[in-house]
Amino acid sequence: MCGIVGLHLRNPELYPRLGELLTGMLCEMEDRGSDSAGIAVYGDPGWSPAGQSSISLIDLDVPAEEAARALSGALGTEVTATAVDNSVLAHGHVDAQALLAAAKALYPHVLVGGFGEDLAVLKGVGSPRVLAEAWGLERAQGWQGVGHTRMATESAVTPGGAHPYAVGPDQCLVHNGSFSNHATIRRDLRAAGVEFDSENDTEVGARFVAHELAEGADVETALTDLTTTFDGFYTLLVSNRDSFAVVRDAIACKPAVIAETDDWVAMASEFRALAHLPGIDQARIWEPEPEVIYAWTRSADREEVLV
Amino acid sequence: MTAAFDLALTPLREVNAALHADGLEGEILVQNPRGAHNVAVGLNAPVKVTIQGHCGYYAAAMSQQAEVTIEGNAGQGVAENMMSGVVHVTGNASQSAGATGRGGLLVIDGDAAARCGISLKGLDIVVGGSVGHMSAFMAQRGRLVVRGDAGDALGDSIYEARLYVRGSVSSLGADCVEKEMGPEHLEELTGLLKAAGYEDDDPASYKRYGSARTLYHFHADNTY
Repeated sequence: MCGIVGLHLRNPELYPRLGELLTGMLCEMEDRGSDSAGIAVYGDPGWSPAGQSSISLIDLDVPAEEAARALSGALGTEVTATAVDNSVLAHGHVDAQALLAAAKALYPHVLVGGFGEDLAVLKGVGSPRVLAEAWGLERAQGWQGVGHTRMATESAVTPGGAHPYAVGPDQCLVHNGSFSNHATIRRDLRAAGVEFDSENDTEVGARFVAHELAEGADVETALTDLTTTFDGFYTLLVSNRDSFAVVRDAIACKPAVIAETDDWVAMASEFRALAHLPGIDQARIWEPEPEVIYAWTRSADREEVLV
Repeated sequence: MTAAFDLALTPLREVNAALHADGLEGEILVQNPRGAHNVAVGLNAPVKVTIQGHCGYYAAAMSQQAEVTIEGNAGQGVAENMMSGVVHVTGNASQSAGATGRGGLLVIDGDAAARCGISLKGLDIVVGGSVGHMSAFMAQRGRLVVRGDAGDALGDSIYEARLYVRGSVSSLGADCVEKEMGPEHLEELTGLLKAAGYEDDDPASYKRYGSARTLYHFHADNTY
């Protein structure tokens, strides 16, 4: 199964409650997959301080202070780091790609959960409820959050196999379903120089989207190309620092529900994950159509539906 | 009101157990479903059940005799395999509404998503809005009335179920064809619309669809 949740806040008064609301959403989807879980939070002042670049290093066998010293030395500027459960979140006044390159050079085998200017990604093996508690997710703040509860089908139960896949700067993708032609597409992407962290099918989707975005495509184009390239069953939630998008395959057998108010846009695999959101009784609630791309952008904060 | 249950206070299992008590009758209110699955499944008594709020999967599934109203949206498989009675959803329904339903009436005031009435076996479904793709897929018996539009592949591999659609149909599935609207069909549709509370609709504004019956026997050269 797997469960997806996402919350895009429009009303800044709700930013301090992002973690609390996201925790409720994530834990409600625990029944859909409890072997592992992951979250991405955009804009938490502690996890990804404003004006700095941040990176999430998962299962790094080095204390946070030591990683901070090593990264500071490699980059020639101060990098700070904090440990959050099994992850080290490091940030500094450097370019996000430079921070990524330095971390990869220092720790070639580390799993990078995500990186960017506003993004923090945490993922781990175990019950979503236990993980959310260990991360202190309830206290997180920000304008956008994404979560995933996994029931593994396509690859190992490891942090590397857990969602979200945040493989491009400030980008993040979570998936319910499976891609049947991921091996072919992975080969093509590898031939184009793309590196992979896992054998997971969803990672191929995330790398595909990141590759297209890096080549200049917008989110809508990248997702439209994904629908024509990938076979299989999928409900996808794709987020960026300023966008939030949902797409389902042509058969649409994997569930999805979207709710929208003036204060927020939320998406989940099932309605019950949205039932506690403030103002849900007045929300517009609907089920996304197959192969229609629903996208919201933070700057305009309006829905764009692309058929 | 005979009884009232608040799902915020009483576990669903207890509520469903109470709804399965011998000799159940009267009116029952269920509050705060908050998207829970399996609310009021397996009813088999002449009761009126009102569920105030949105339900998750399989709400009022396998229902017999009962009259169930869901005041809100319903998740996947609402009224799945219902046998008799009435299930009324005032909002939208998710996928596979009324799947394999054998008897009774399912009314959805809003839209129903994909595969509404999949494998229908005798239930009547009236949808106030539109239905998604592959609705009435492999429907065998019963009627599906759509006041709005139908998505792709309506009635794919349909048997003897009858479909009435007022709006547009994106495409017809394998072996599903438009059929003539005879007086008996107008009469049937009038009855269904009345039963669902849409008696102001003009039955003549609907089109009828059903099986071309070319898939009943295997032919090596069947084009589908």
